[in-house]
Amino acid sequence: MPITTTKSAFWAGVRDGAPFIFVAGPFAMLFGVLATEAGLNVFEVMTFSLAVIAGAAQFTALQVMENDAPTVVVILSALAVNLRVAMYSAALTPYLGRAPLWQRVFAAYLLVDQSYALSHAKFEAVPDLTIPQRMAYYFGTCLLVMIVWFGMSYAGAALGTQLPADLPLDFALPIAFLSMVAPMVRTLPHLIAATVAVIVGLLAVSVPYSLGLIIAGAAGMMAGAQAELWLKGRSP
Amino acid sequence: MIDTATLWTVIICLGVGSFLLRFTFLGFVGDRPLPAWLLRHLRYTAVAILPALVAPLVVYSGEGGSTDITRVGAAIATLAVGMWTRNVFAAIGAGAATLFLLIYVL
Repeated sequence: MPITTTKSAFWAGVRDGAPFIFVAGPFAMLFGVLATEAGLNVFEVMTFSLAVIAGAAQFTALQVMENDAPTVVVILSALAVNLRVAMYSAALTPYLGRAPLWQRVFAAYLLVDQSYALSHAKFEAVPDLTIPQRMAYYFGTCLLVMIVWFGMSYAGAALGTQLPADLPLDFALPIAFLSMVAPMVRTLPHLIAATVAVIVGLLAVSVPYSLGLIIAGAAGMMAGAQAELWLKGRSP
Repeated sequence: MIDTATLWTVIICLGVGSFLLRFTFLGFVGDRPLPAWLLRHLRYTAVAILPALVAPLVVYSGEGGSTDITRVGAAIATLAVGMWTRNVFAAIGAGAATLFLLIYVL
């Protein structure tokens, strides 16, 4: 159905965003469960999910905090995981950059994998959308995902303390991370970045203050960027 | 256990920091293009940081930093199925099933 009004753009966004509740829901719930296991109360879990809205970054912060790392390392590690949203922000700016400031503030707050991926694809495919229609579509893609994100964070926090004690929950987080990262490894430079990060991460595990993570991440990024340049140079 | 002061510092700084990451370009930069080298590095942040975080958790997963073969098996299954199917749920299912199976068998 073609988008003709601001309202129809919003509902098109809601429809396109709907399937993603099945991605956001389980991660939100897992965060609620693991955060509760780590000693956070429901209010702390909800504030965390509300303030940050980024599964991978929240899991990272939780894990690094449990390693007793200094607070600044916790924050830097989680923000590093979240750097990709800056890329999304840059990618959407040509389409939304001329919208009113208050709308851009809300759009920025709600910028997640799903809202970026759907909106960027739509704006590229339908270039004649007006800016209000684009914004309406964008907010539409966020609606259900956000409701599910907060709702399932709460459900997980409420459930957390009632799970049987012998579940191997220590390994829920590594499995969640690996399942998120595996589909992202699309090209050879991605693979090289991940491999270098793993090797350096294992070697640097005893570096104090959990700084090994930052060193390994930086090494992986540089390896990926260099591999990309190198491959481009070879096949112009 | 995580202490309350640390937790709230992290929540507030991460909330503000994440918002700034999201708002920087949309809000401040406008239509100006970014340098290519910066975008090139940003493309690899997630695929570098997440594996770097997970690798020690997998390899030193046993007691006192030894290697727990059930965890390594589950990690390999998660990665293999995730890269093969590109499906997050298939990967989680494979990882969890492998973990329970190995714990039961070994």
